[in-house]
Amino acid sequence: MIVRLLGEGQFRVDDALITRLNELDDEIAGAVEAGNEDALWAGLQALAETVRQNGSRLSDDELTPSDAVIPPEDLTLDEARELLSDDGFIPDVMPI
Amino acid sequence: MPGLMSRLSLIFKSKFSKALDRAENPNETLDYSYEQQLQQLQNVKRGIADVTTAKKRLELQYTTMQQQVDKLDGQARSALQANREDLAREALTRKAAVQAQLEGIMTQGQQLEAQQQKLIEGERTLQAKVEQFRTQKEVIKAQYSAAEAQVRIGEAATGIGEQMADVGMAIERAKDKTQQMQARANAIDELTAAGSLEDYTGGGDDIDRQLQQITQGGQVDDELAKMKAELGQGSAPAEPPKQLEGDKVEGQKVEGEAT
Repeated sequence: MIVRLLGEGQFRVDDALITRLNELDDEIAGAVEAGNEDALWAGLQALAETVRQNGSRLSDDELTPSDAVIPPEDLTLDEARELLSDDGFIPDVMPI
Repeated sequence: MPGLMSRLSLIFKSKFSKALDRAENPNETLDYSYEQQLQQLQNVKRGIADVTTAKKRLELQYTTMQQQVDKLDGQARSALQANREDLAREALTRKAAVQAQLEGIMTQGQQLEAQQQKLIEGERTLQAKVEQFRTQKEVIKAQYSAAEAQVRIGEAATGIGEQMADVGMAIERAKDKTQQMQARANAIDELTAAGSLEDYTGGGDDIDRQLQQITQGGQVDDELAKMKAELGQGSAPAEPPKQLEGDKVEGQKVEGEAT
């Protein structure tokens, strides 16, 4: 499975890791719902760290799309809410 | 409620699958796509240059503010020498307020520095991917049927699109950060440019009160006492202070201090 850490790059991780990543993802969603920025950052950091520790970085010239995309570790609560409510957070770029 | 990771993945996939649907003639699409990529790469470079310029501007502003702190310190000293404790207090109050803001800006500046580093890496990655695409498109044109080519273009273009969106987002965030810092710096400018200190000797009571509110705890009193001691005033012993016990006061050196 290919995972992208936004602002950092792509990593190849074992498929078995997806359960763990999804768990952390749920915790993060809970933190956003509860309006707890500290918990949001802790969750994002745990998510990114899990990928870094268990994955290997893709070389720059690989053109493989990612299976999962993880937001930056310093995402603010406002940005997180924006992300969950619409896709205005992601810039409109079309490679084709 | 889906998590952020799942939501983001979904957004990325839907964004780029739309792009894929538009691809009709593989060979034309490949060349056009490459042109688009080069253009986006230019946009990314421009975006990074903008962030760098904004950051430099802030650094200049930071230096000016630092000078302002030194100046206020000097004013406080002069005021004390002229037996104007009220004026000295005023200057030190302002100094404390500016210093507190400066520290905040410094922290933000360090974060921005880290973001900028990542931007540059992101751009390099994008450049490598675009270059790889250029090579692959020639291979695809030469070796694959239209249907196969379609699939391969899709994959490669999605991979590049992702990288573009990633760097693009990072640039936007860095720009937001410089704007926040700018707003903060401007607020300090207003605070310090509100008028020269002399203006307060008469009836600047309103500003006096405002400044009093932001007095940072006992910092002003402490510094005032320190300066008085240095200048041989106040409750210090009758003898003139010969030394400061290694307690170096920023800025000026005390006259007559042995070195």
